[in-house]
Amino acid sequence: MKILVTVKEVASAADDFEIEGTDIDERYLEYDLNEWDDYAVEAGVRIAEATDDAEVVSATIGPERADETVRMALAKGVDRAVRVWDDDIAAAELDVAAKTRLLAAVAAEEEPDLILTGVQASDDGYGATGVSLADELGFGWAAVVNQLDLDDDLTTASVHRELEGGVEELTEVDLPAVFTIQTGINEPRYASLRGIRQAQSKEIAVRGLADLGLDAGAVDSPVRRTGMTEPETQSDATYFDGDADEQASRVAEVLRDRGVVGE
Amino acid sequence: MSADGDVAVLGVADHRRGELRDVSFELVTACRELADAVGGELHLAVVAGDVERFAEMLDVEGVDAVHTVDEGEEFNHDLYAAATAALVEELDPTALVMPNSVNGLDYAPAVANALDLPLVSDAVGLSYDGGLEATREMYGSKVETTVAVDEEPFAVTVRGGEWPPTDAPGEAEIRPFAFDADESAFPSRVLGFEEVGGGDVDIADAEFLVSIGRGIEEEENLDLIYDLVEATGATLSSSRPLVDNGWLDPARQVGQSGKQVTPDVYLAIGISGAVQHVAGMKGSETIIAVNDDPNAPIFDIADYGVVGDLFEVVPALIEQFE
Ligand SMILES: Cc1cc2nc3c(=O)[nH]c(=O)nc-3n(C[C@H](O)[C@H](O)[C@H](O)COP(=O)(O)OP(=O)(O)OC[C@H]3O[C@@H](n4cnc5c(N)ncnc54)[C@H](O)[C@@H]3O)c2cc1C
Repeated sequence: MKILVTVKEVASAADDFEIEGTDIDERYLEYDLNEWDDYAVEAGVRIAEATDDAEVVSATIGPERADETVRMALAKGVDRAVRVWDDDIAAAELDVAAKTRLLAAVAAEEEPDLILTGVQASDDGYGATGVSLADELGFGWAAVVNQLDLDDDLTTASVHRELEGGVEELTEVDLPAVFTIQTGINEPRYASLRGIRQAQSKEIAVRGLADLGLDAGAVDSPVRRTGMTEPETQSDATYFDGDADEQASRVAEVLRDRGVVGE
Repeated sequence: MSADGDVAVLGVADHRRGELRDVSFELVTACRELADAVGGELHLAVVAGDVERFAEMLDVEGVDAVHTVDEGEEFNHDLYAAATAALVEELDPTALVMPNSVNGLDYAPAVANALDLPLVSDAVGLSYDGGLEATREMYGSKVETTVAVDEEPFAVTVRGGEWPPTDAPGEAEIRPFAFDADESAFPSRVLGFEEVGGGDVDIADAEFLVSIGRGIEEEENLDLIYDLVEATGATLSSSRPLVDNGWLDPARQVGQSGKQVTPDVYLAIGISGAVQHVAGMKGSETIIAVNDDPNAPIFDIADYGVVGDLFEVVPALIEQFE
């Protein structure tokens, strides 16, 4: 059994930041493993641990810097990694369809039985790549999965999809399939020292468009970001200034005034 | 109104367990504005369940036609993806608009990919002047971006709660869409539903919620919040990560996948104000936010803001009640 887990290095903005063109100035960005993908990695590694002859491969689209994030996944039990990148990809703005084509090419080489992605990436929040990839590959799928069980002969999965308002949908999906994994499905492990050491010797294969049998058209994208602004604060909040004691006394005043605390 | 001109927009309704969801009527507003800008008709699709009743409810102002697909009882993404794709092929709209609900996440990207449509998801604003320009947020709502789409037709999903609903009665034509689904060939089967998040506390009943977020950093630090809850007589609630970590009971989670609350006072401590959290608490009477990041989106909906370190502010607040 082979499990492919997509792993994205996401950026988050510092408390104070500046915008440069259509993105936040690089100086104010920090990079990390996408929170949702952390749960997807854990789900994949757990299935592999419970299954004979299982391999977990991660797939990442990203520059060399992303190797740090990929190593984190390797340290948590992923067996080897593929990182898709070259100059053409670096020069392109990848929309959902372009990411789908790149990941589908990786999947075509790896032939996984199961693909796990995060529900969304915390930076751009598209929440679309996993399901789009499933359609491209002709796989089954389910989005926003917070419980995943495979049957014994690995032909179907029983999943819970987390809907709005405390309701879950119980669904059965034939494999091969893509599941987009929701936070809370498991408790992602911390990488052990041994894991971190082992990760150093695991393979990260870098694949460009040509390696994947794609041409430059594969990263053409009709969806373009044209602007970024810090929204004018719509806040009409009254701010309480001063030190913590002064702030606290103003908050206490509001609470008393609203009658939600005693006295 | 007769529906036989060019279809500018096809919108897809969202329903669950016999009820149309609010986003369906908000989507109509977004779609009508877009259809006016594109210049053409607004058609809706409603798939599965009691489609005739749904279609009558969806016959609101500005809708030219409602297409009903009378297959299946409940949402199933294979059915939705196939039926929506078939309708797009039949109607040839400029824009396909779907909700960015959890079910939208489960079929919209598949339809877009199957039809080779560029996709913009989770839009909070749409404008059209010879091409689509959508507004969406990034980096946990800290920035707003504009996204242009160079091709037509295109697909978008719209965020709930961003457009006012359209409720005024309309005069749409209701048209059954003949679509034969071979459900036995679908790789997915929806078996049922389960209610979760019950428990012995009902945060929806509380008049004063102290709500704690990831800013608390460690499970041990929660003692500080328990002290505040005890000193003030508040009820404890939280954002999602604390529940995901197993630190608090799911019954305490506020938000899209947790509870909707409307207390007299909601005191948000170390919560950034992600859209899925805000969905559950924006109806609170008075919102007070404590956060050390002055740009945290929670301040956009707060009535009172405290920019500060919770590890200083909370002990000081406890002192106020001792
Ligand atoms: C399908 C789906 C459903 C979801 N449903 C929900 C839901 O129901 N409820 C929910 O809450 N989330 C939900 N989420 C998750 C949501 O997107 C956010 O990830 C989550 O709300 C973030 O929680 P948070 O604000 O506590 O954490 P963060 O976003 O990490 O924010 C922590 C905040 O604490 C502040 N902080 C840090 N240290 C301090 C300090 N010392 N003093 C003061 N402030 C400090 C930081 O500035 C930051 O603003 C859902 C996501 C998806 C995709």
